[in-house]
Parts: sequence; structure tokens; C-alpha cells
Amino acid sequence: MAVFDFKRHQRLFPTTGGRCLVSYGFLSPLTLCLLLLIAWGMVGLAGLARPLSIAFVGRTLFPCGAVFGAALAAVAAIGLDQPAEQLILPLGLPDLPVHLRLDGLSSVFLILLGAASAGISIFAAGYFRRGEGTAPGLLCLQYHLFLASMGFVFLADDAYSFMLAWETMALSSYFLVTTQHRIPEIRQAGFLYLLIAHLGAIAILLSFGILQGGSWHFTFDAMRAAHLDSRWASIAFCLALIGFGAKAGLVPLHVWLPEAHPAAPSPVSALMSGVMLKTALYGMIRVSFDLLGRPTWWWGLVPLTLGLFSALYGVVFAAAQTDMKRLLAYSSIENIGILFTGLGLAIVFAGVDMRAAAALTLIAVMYHAMNHAFMKSLLFLSTGAVLHATGERNLGHLGGLIHRMPWVAWLTLIGVLAIAGLPPLNGFVSEWLLLQSFLFAYKVPHPFINMLLPLGAALIALAAALAGYVMVKFFGVIFLGQPREPALQRAHDAGFAERLGLSWLALGCILLGVLPTRMISMFGIVTGQLGVGALPASNSPWWLLEPIPERQSSYAPLAFFAVIAVVVVLAIVSVRFFYHQRVRKGAAWDCGFGRLTSRMQDTAEGFGQPIRHLFQPLFAIVRELPGPFDSKPRYRLEIADRFWRTLYQPLGSLVRLAADKVAWLQQGRIATYLLYSFVTLVVLLALML
Amino acid sequence: MNVFDWIVQLAGIALAVAAAPVFVGWVNQCRAWLQNKSAPSLLLPYRGIRKLFHKDAVIADNASRLFRLAPYVVFGAMVSAAAVIPTIATRMPFTQAADAIALVGLLATARLFLSLAAMDVGTAFGTLGARREMMIGFLAEPALLVVIFVFSLQFSTTALPMIAERLSAQAFALNPSLAFTAVAFTMILLAENARIPVDNPATHLELTMIHEALLLEYSARHLALMEWAAALKLFNYACIGIAVFIPWGIATSHEPLELAVSALLLGVKLLAAGLGLALIETVSAKLRVFRAPEFLATAFLFAVLGLLVRLLLGA
Repeated sequence: MAVFDFKRHQRLFPTTGGRCLVSYGFLSPLTLCLLLLIAWGMVGLAGLARPLSIAFVGRTLFPCGAVFGAALAAVAAIGLDQPAEQLILPLGLPDLPVHLRLDGLSSVFLILLGAASAGISIFAAGYFRRGEGTAPGLLCLQYHLFLASMGFVFLADDAYSFMLAWETMALSSYFLVTTQHRIPEIRQAGFLYLLIAHLGAIAILLSFGILQGGSWHFTFDAMRAAHLDSRWASIAFCLALIGFGAKAGLVPLHVWLPEAHPAAPSPVSALMSGVMLKTALYGMIRVSFDLLGRPTWWWGLVPLTLGLFSALYGVVFAAAQTDMKRLLAYSSIENIGILFTGLGLAIVFAGVDMRAAAALTLIAVMYHAMNHAFMKSLLFLSTGAVLHATGERNLGHLGGLIHRMPWVAWLTLIGVLAIAGLPPLNGFVSEWLLLQSFLFAYKVPHPFINMLLPLGAALIALAAALAGYVMVKFFGVIFLGQPREPALQRAHDAGFAERLGLSWLALGCILLGVLPTRMISMFGIVTGQLGVGALPASNSPWWLLEPIPERQSSYAPLAFFAVIAVVVVLAIVSVRFFYHQRVRKGAAWDCGFGRLTSRMQDTAEGFGQPIRHLFQPLFAIVRELPGPFDSKPRYRLEIADRFWRTLYQPLGSLVRLAADKVAWLQQGRIATYLLYSFVTLVVLLALML
Repeated sequence: MNVFDWIVQLAGIALAVAAAPVFVGWVNQCRAWLQNKSAPSLLLPYRGIRKLFHKDAVIADNASRLFRLAPYVVFGAMVSAAAVIPTIATRMPFTQAADAIALVGLLATARLFLSLAAMDVGTAFGTLGARREMMIGFLAEPALLVVIFVFSLQFSTTALPMIAERLSAQAFALNPSLAFTAVAFTMILLAENARIPVDNPATHLELTMIHEALLLEYSARHLALMEWAAALKLFNYACIGIAVFIPWGIATSHEPLELAVSALLLGVKLLAAGLGLALIETVSAKLRVFRAPEFLATAFLFAVLGLLVRLLLGA
């Protein structure tokens, strides 16, 4: 970070405390970002001009939104290596104007938002159809408002504008989730989402209330300057963890996620899972490393433990799902778990002053966030394409779609390989970095903890391997095998815009996978700016990923990919050259019995059975098996979340009980209410005096 | 990095590709001897592969391109893995491109393609095999990583050649973590390579098999490549084991004499490993498939215990 004339800036910008400011001309990255966010809002408003015209909204407005997204990513990438920049808008509360700030961390997340949303918007241009709940124009407004509010979350530099953007984000996404509001389950899912989003928002608000540290200034600068004693700082951290954890879907605050994601239209699910969950990660990084200054090491153990649990819990539940979007939602819980695990580890490292390790871990976290944005959006969009082509979300009714939808299938395969953490794609790089950082953990100077921490690497490896299992199930059951329903023969491949959107995201997965060094130096700027530390200087070539040179642990995805490709090509060529390439088509092997039907394939339930069996204590399983003498045998299997019964239902009934007790206050007579007001005023006056 | 290094590298890969079927032949031979049978030729796997290459491929009507691509990808992944594992020398140019974690990722890529290809035709046995293969993989893969992490912690690197080099510079010492990880690694090797007690390489009874169920739809050159890849996988696992448990004698420079000695020693170690493998397979009975996760969970816990012991005792 460049050093600026502190005092001079303090004079120029008295309200900001003068920290790392530079003045630009009008076209600074921050103002450009701001303009692009406003442009998103305008695109949304334009949707209201012809709200029912799918041609106008789909073919014109959504592509515009995609272009603005790509532009936002580009501007943020340019602004990344520049020092932080601040802007105060004459809006907002009387004594708290809107503060905006663009620093490395915001830039990274703006790149994520812009780049991922560009692909999603292009896909959405071809996706939304008439007659699916909300009118397209209104949907366009909500969608772009959602995008812009996420951008403002990343830019906000005071508590008020942060919360404003945060709430806009929650509300606009609520309306997007309930697009098909005529279906009661979807309304219910939306309600649950809104409820948990607001519980989280309250926790965040309280956290900001503590962070201001008695100065009663709610700018982030004031919070950075505030000195909290360790107890209050810990409370603020915990509140932030609850608040942001609720938005991220950290277990046990995850229950809304598998309900809301399947309810929303696929581009919205992609946006929520790929991008919105990362706003929570952003908030957590912002609070723990920036606003709270240097974190205390043991704070990290909380997100670390919760994260590891979420990762395993999410992936185990994903393996048991039969709805393809619920499966992906649980996989998002897994990835959020991995992100929070990394965040916790980074906090531990930063707290004990292991700067290189902290930087490496935080880089791994940001890298994984970026990766997940691409791969999960890709997968959610492909479920959207499948849903439109077949009208089915249940894995039990799909199959064999690789023949009917080759584009979607092969692009999905890239996403599947990426999210399963396989080299040379992107998911592997971030998992590699995270595992590398776990191997530093034995150096943490706290006995016992330093022995337990490396075990986290084992659990992360287990979660990653399980993710492979889940993804084989996801891809294999949807796209491979024989169609399980005759109607699937009429499925059609995705349209041009949808293919383009999927290809964009798949390309992102590949590029993030094979060019890791460039990305890591980008994230390294952020860790430097946050004062976490930096990776040791290395002079390894651009194609070789070697974050800590002294360890001699390296990974070169391009070389790696090249060798596999060369061997594959050599094998194909030499088989052709030395032998022949005769192929005969025949029926599949049916053990000589004949009559092999598509219903004899493994079902989605069957494929998840070993996992269900092995992790039985985690599930609440209700199973109805037919008896031997049933004339109408019926098999039913329901897998529920234990948290729902042990945590949420008691809490819900508790709230209902309390509400019943309080209800007698509501007499329904104006005189009574006036009396309440009178008493309140008297009590307040008495307190004032 | 000069031309000679690359020659050594390519020679290492060629050695692995060529020696893998012979290694499988050796294990089969040992097993036959131990079971009082007359042993087949060492070169029998080669003859099988050659025979398959000459046959016409029969492919199911509804197989997709993924099905035809998968054998090449699986074979390619296994050959690349052979390039990463230090067999005769530690200073190879390509070993920089992938450390142990990437190696495990590579093996997982092969497994994923194998399973997807098995699901492609959509027969009951294919999907069953895919499910079972993934069931074994999801426990074996992290267990293998943890085994390697035990050594990574000791030598603060995840690069296999560096581990082999640094370990071979020390005197042999039997410490508790080594015992735990050795047991875990042996169990992983048995499970991952479809050996008894998890799977039986000699069986073709559909209900009990895992590896054969995956390959049920393959024939001719595709099957040959898959079989060759499976042999390479066994060879690779044996070489990983040798590199992290008994690396002594591996060449750390490219002196021709040292390389020759190293190759000779590798041969001896592999012969011993094959004999050990055949012994284990002879004295143990096959588990029911449902017990396989327990077997692998035990392996995983052994590996984690090894890690814990390493951290607790520093040995």
C-alpha cells in the first residue's frame, strides 16, 4: 500500500479521518463503479416501460445488464492495485452522509459480482418466459436492483449505507425467490428466507452498534479507529458471525438455503448461491480483518469449527437429495463451510502473527469464493436449462440428457469436474491452497490447538472427496444412462443466449484453474492492504504456482493439463496407427435375460444410499417399506434435517407461545392503545427527568 | 534443466507404463504359488492387452462420446501420475508440476471419469459399480492424503520427491506414526486397486464385483486401455508406498551408475511388495460390499491417528 500524506488529507477530508485517500478526477474507478451500479438500476427501471414484453426485457435489457456486469468486473480489476479511494455522497441521514469506499477487498468482490453476473444475465436473457409468475419487467427490476444492491454492499463505508444496501439485497432477493408466488411452498420458502435474513440483519446491526466503540460515529473509519476492549470486540465478532453466518447459510442457520434456492428461478438461484452468499463472506472479512483491526486468535476457532461441520453436513446431505436444485443448495452449504473454515484459520494465523500463513489462507478463501461463484452459478444455470427442457426437477425422472442436450451436458461436466475439486480446473487450486495452509497449522504456538488444527485438513479432504461423490451422482443421474421417462426424448438443448452464459462461466472455471498465479498476486494485494501480511516474494515463473518457495510444494496446472492432453492424444493416435478403429454398435449387456429397462438403473436415492447408511446419525429418516403381503406396495423415504426438529420447531413454538401471551395487550380498542401511548410517554418523561 | 533430465523423466514414464502389466503378472504369479496352483506366465497381462487391441470394439447403442473418451482420459491420468511419482530418481523435471495433493487429484479424476463412463450406458451393473467405486473413493482419497500429510508435516513439503529425498537421507527408524500410516496405506492400496478383501480381481460374479462392474460395457481397445490403466494404478500405488515408506536407494542425482542401482533396487522393492500383496490376498477373505466402508473408515482413522501421533510425539 502506498503511503499518503496523512495530515494533508485529513485537512482536505475532515470527516473521513484521512486514511489512505487519493483524489482522482471524475473518472476514478470508484465513480465508474458507482455509475455502473446506477446503470444497473436504470436497466431495471427500464423494464417497467414494457413490463409484459419478453422480447424487450429478455433480448435488450438483460444483455445490457450483462455488459454492465462485465464492465464492472473490468473497472474493479483496474482499480484493484490502486490505493483505497473514498467518496462521500450528499445523501442519507442528516449527520451521516453516504460513505463509499473502494479498496482491494471491495474490488475483488466486485470482480466476482460483475464477472459471474455477466454470465448469469446472458443466460437469463434466454431463460425467462412469459407466464411464470411475476411479469418479466418487474422481474427485471428486482433482478437488477438485487445486483446493484450487492454492489453497494461491497462499496459501503458506513453502517447506515451498508445496512441499507444489505436490506435492499434481502428484500429484492425475497421477491425474486417468490416469483412463482402462487405456489404455497414457494411462499413458505420465501418467508423462511426473509425471517432468517432479518434475524441476521439484526445481529449485524448490533455488531455495528458495538463496533463504533462509544464514538457514536457509524462510519467504518470511526470503527477502524475505535479501540474496543477484548470482551466487547469478542461480542462484536460473535454477533457479526451470527449475522453473516445466517446470510451465508452456516450450519445451524442454513435451513432457509435448501428451501429458497429450489424455489427461485434458476438464474436467481445462481445469483444467490454464486454471489449473494459471498456478500456474507465479504462482511465477515471486512469486520474481522479491517474494522476490528487485528483479530484475536481464538475467535478463528469458532468459524473454523462451524465451517468444518457445515462442510461435512452440507455435502452429506447433498448426497442424499433427490431434487437437483436442493442437491446444489446443500453443496453450497458445503462450500460456505469450506470458506468459513479458511476464514477461521486465517484469523487464527493472523492472531498469532503468522503473517505468511495468514495471507496464504485468506488468499485461498478469496480464491475459493471466486471459484465457487463461477462453478455453482454454472451448475444452477444448467439445472435451469434442464428444467426448461424437461419440466422436471426430480432426479428420479431424468437421465440420458447428454444425447438430447449435448451443449448443456458438456458445459455442465466442466462445472462438475471443477466443483469436485479436480485438477486442472479451478476448484482444485483453492482446495490445494487451503490444504497447504492447513499444513502450517502445527506451528501455531498454542499447545493442543496446534495438534487439532491439522486434522482440519483431513476433514477438508474428506469433504472434497464427498463432493466428488455428489457430483458424480448429479451429473450421472441427470445426463448419463437411459432416460427414465419417455417424455425426456423430446427434450431440447438450450438456446443461444443460454449456451453463451454457460460457456462464459465454464471458461471462467477453466481460466481460474490454469492461471492461478495471476489471481494469487491479485488477492495478495488485498491481504497486503488489509495488513494481514503478504506471501514471501518468489521468483517462480508465471505458470508455476509455488506460494511458499521454501516448502518446494508446487503445482503447475498448465503443464499438468498439457501432459494429460499429450498422453491422451498420443494414446488415441497410436491406437489408430498400430491397430484399427473398428467399432460395432450393439445392445447393452443384459446378462442374457433381455428386457433391460431404464427403471433398472440406479436411482438417485440408490446412489446416495451408502452415504445415507454411513452417516445415519446426521439424518432424520422416515422410511415406509412395503410388507410382504401388501397388495399395493408403496415405498416412501423422507430425509429431514435434524436441526429442523431439534432447534427450529421448539424455537418456533416458543415464539408462538410468547406471542399468545403478549396478545392480550391487543384489545382492539382505540382507547386502550391511546392509554399505552400515554403511559409510554409518562415513563419516558420520568426517565428523562 | 538439460536434455538428460528429460530423458530420465521419459525413461521413468516408459518404465512405469511397460512394467505395470508385468507387476500385475508377478502378483498373480505369487498368488498362484501361495495357493498351490501352477502360475501363469509373467507376461500374461501383456498378451491379454494385445489380444484386446486386435479385437473389434463393441459399443452399446446408447453410449455417448464420454464413454469412448473415458478410457483415454483414465489412461492419460494414470500415465501422468506415473510421471509425478518418484520411481528411480527424485530430481525429475515434471515432478514440479504436481505435488502429492495434485497427484491425489489426478487419481480422483481418473476415478470420476471411470464412474461416469460406467453410468453412461445405463445398465444396472454399471451404475451399481459407479456407486460402489465412488463409495470406496470418497474414503480412500482423503485417507491417502492424510497419509501423505504425516510425511508433509515431518519434512514440511507436499512434494513427493522431496519427501523421498529427505527421508532417504535419514536412517531408518520405526516410529509409531509410521506404523499407523503403513497400515492405513496398505488398506487404501488394497481397496483402491480392487484387491481382496474389498474386491476380487479374479471374479466375474456380477453381484460382488466393483471394478469389473465398471468395465462391464467396455470391450477391445477401450477395455485394453482400462486394464492397462488399472495395472498402472496398482504400480503407481506401489511406487507411492515405496517413495514414502522405503525410499532408501532412490537416485538423487542423474549419475548413470546411481540411476542403475536405483532402478535395480526399485525392482527388488516391487518384487517384495508384490509378494506381500499376494500374501495378504491369500490369507484374507473377501468382505461383503457393505463392510467395505467400515474397512475404509478404519483406514482413514488409522491415517488420522498416525497424524495425531506424529503431532503428539513428534515421531
